[in-house]
Amino acid sequence: MAPTPRKTLDTPQDKQEPTPSTPRHVALYVTCLADLMRPSVAQASLELLQLAGCEVTVPAQQTCCGQPAYNNGDFSGAARIAQQLIESFEDYDYVVLPSGSCAGMLIEHYPKLLEGQWLERAHRFAGRVYELTTFLLDVCDYHPEKQRSAAPVAYHDSCAGLRELGIRQQPRSLLARAGIPVEELAQADVCCGFGGTFCAKMPALSGAMADQKLQDAGDTGAGTLIGGDLGCLLALEGRASRRNMPMQFQHIAEVLRGAASTPPNAKSDAS
Amino acid sequence: MQQHSRDFLQAASTAIGDPESAGTRKALGLLMPKLREQAIETFGGSDDFSALRAEVKAIRQHALGHLAHYLESFTSAARENGSAVHFARNGNELNDIVLDICARHEAHRIAKGKSMITEETGLNAALEAAGFAVRETDLGEYIIQEANETPSHIVGPALHKSQADIRELFLDRHDLGERDLADATEMVAEARQVLREEFLAADVGIIGSNALIAENGYSMLVTNEGNGDLCANLPPVLIVCTSVDRVLPRATDAMAMLRLLVRSTTGQAVSCYTSFYAGPRRPGDVDGPVETHFVLLDNHRSEILASDYAEMLQCIRCGACLNHCPVYMNAGGHAYGWVYPGPMGSVLTPLLTSLEDSAHLPDACTACGRCEEVCPASIPLPDLLRDLRRDKFEQRVTARRWRWGMQIHAWLALHPRLYQRVTNLAVAVMHRVGRRHGVIRRLPFAGGWLEARDLPTPAAKTFQAMHQESLGK
Repeated sequence: MAPTPRKTLDTPQDKQEPTPSTPRHVALYVTCLADLMRPSVAQASLELLQLAGCEVTVPAQQTCCGQPAYNNGDFSGAARIAQQLIESFEDYDYVVLPSGSCAGMLIEHYPKLLEGQWLERAHRFAGRVYELTTFLLDVCDYHPEKQRSAAPVAYHDSCAGLRELGIRQQPRSLLARAGIPVEELAQADVCCGFGGTFCAKMPALSGAMADQKLQDAGDTGAGTLIGGDLGCLLALEGRASRRNMPMQFQHIAEVLRGAASTPPNAKSDAS
Repeated sequence: MQQHSRDFLQAASTAIGDPESAGTRKALGLLMPKLREQAIETFGGSDDFSALRAEVKAIRQHALGHLAHYLESFTSAARENGSAVHFARNGNELNDIVLDICARHEAHRIAKGKSMITEETGLNAALEAAGFAVRETDLGEYIIQEANETPSHIVGPALHKSQADIRELFLDRHDLGERDLADATEMVAEARQVLREEFLAADVGIIGSNALIAENGYSMLVTNEGNGDLCANLPPVLIVCTSVDRVLPRATDAMAMLRLLVRSTTGQAVSCYTSFYAGPRRPGDVDGPVETHFVLLDNHRSEILASDYAEMLQCIRCGACLNHCPVYMNAGGHAYGWVYPGPMGSVLTPLLTSLEDSAHLPDACTACGRCEEVCPASIPLPDLLRDLRRDKFEQRVTARRWRWGMQIHAWLALHPRLYQRVTNLAVAVMHRVGRRHGVIRRLPFAGGWLEARDLPTPAAKTFQAMHQESLGK
């Protein structure tokens, strides 16, 4: 069944489009997880956007989008973070994030946290925000470099991207353009058990859900699981490591940038 | 019903560790979404379903927005039909009203159809304490009554029992001599034989309701076994126990809801029995009860209606959110510790009991949104669960280490320069700790994460530090 997102991302036509002759000016919000845990995702996102013809800035003011506070009930803390982020990013043509869950926070949830003039600003701001694969495909019509004899990968749809933003076809189309075959999971629309702080509050449930996702991914026969959200990927990678499962985990930005054969940077540093 | 929601984490862990019940739930989690999807595609298609969903949402919101008016209409119409209508503010009042009716009729035996409302009020225990013999007649409810257990699912109360469990239970509880009970058909036949006696002997029948219809004072009931109809029509006294939020304006509204309900519940186009109870037997009727009572429970529902959680009252009790929730499928229904499990239960339980006693339940959600996607009543369940977490945070029900941790994190996020210094330091430490193995297995403040999984080791520096270096800053 096709997912029925509550509100799909505006189609590119609905959003303001700079004249084609000038490069699109994009603010890259790398997300805190990529910043801290896997800089290669942020670097690959930056390069992909540049290759797609954008002028990219990484605003130095960026921290966390406020999801931990929001999802743990600290709405006032989350609202202050939302205001700070909107202030730092609202002057760019586009704001692009390599995460469906953080993009969903900015697009869907910031308006729920704010009132009055801030609410209007949040709505205007939401119109400029894109998840990375959506932006690369729907706005830039980007054709990533074709990869020769790429091994098949399994794809994990993260829930927020899938249901809040309707991201399903974009990563698959980009992977197809890059010549990377995708094996579909049997239960692609079921959560992997990460859920932000859920995984720390309810580790037994989270672990069981991760096991089911890993089993499903393993059953595809692909050795690598690709996703658009680093949170899910790190949680699955950590579970697979705990259970000595050999699967590789990569963010789609890394894969499209041609890093499919290199293991995550931490391990390469250690070797 | 006694509440055990405080033990959610432990009970969920136990359920995960039991391979047999985990297997049953896994099968259910695969089957139920498929049945629902097939039913929607087969009977009208998803566009038709979406249109129905919008229609029913509007009906429910209208009915709830004018609840007092429609309850008055229902009451006067039902009284005109010869039924008695009673209102109960809480569970004890409902139980007392029912006990009073049973005592007045000098009843001994009571046959019950499935009713989550009477689970909520603990009616069976109250009736038994007063000396009445109560028999549940819905097959699932019968099984758990015999096993002295509680429902694990709002539609299929005995879904946690395997066929082998039930066979053993029947052999033990039914004094019917040597027999095989080789398959489900034989077990169902045996239950039917045992229960037939109960219907015939009952002095009072008690059933639930899927909808009360304001314009004609009727009650609608949907079943697949027909047991509700036997409870309603064979004993001389019928008592319908339900809650005030079940009322709908018109019979056509009930029809619209019915089409959504059955598809969402079991993946059928229509259930085997859909009945409308119009009141006591009229002159010339060949059957039906001599006396009909409606007992309508409030139990905090008026408060919910006036609160930020009013949308929860749109629930039509189909169970689709349970069937699509990966947390429910792993934890099992009993872990939730009260009457209503799964996403709808995690919202309702704190509202109907207390936030303190149910504090884990709003957290038992990854915000994956699958429940909201399938909910026929368009209830934003993940949002309501997050709102309950806001209440927890503001009322300091959230554990102190989480509240303080979140506040420190938010404060840091609001000070970007300091944030970057702190994260650079943290990353450098994590990199050193984990670089030998590629993963981290021990780290302060990461106990929850590390309980079930390793933490992949980060690179030596944050992206922002590297990026600023590359820009020559």
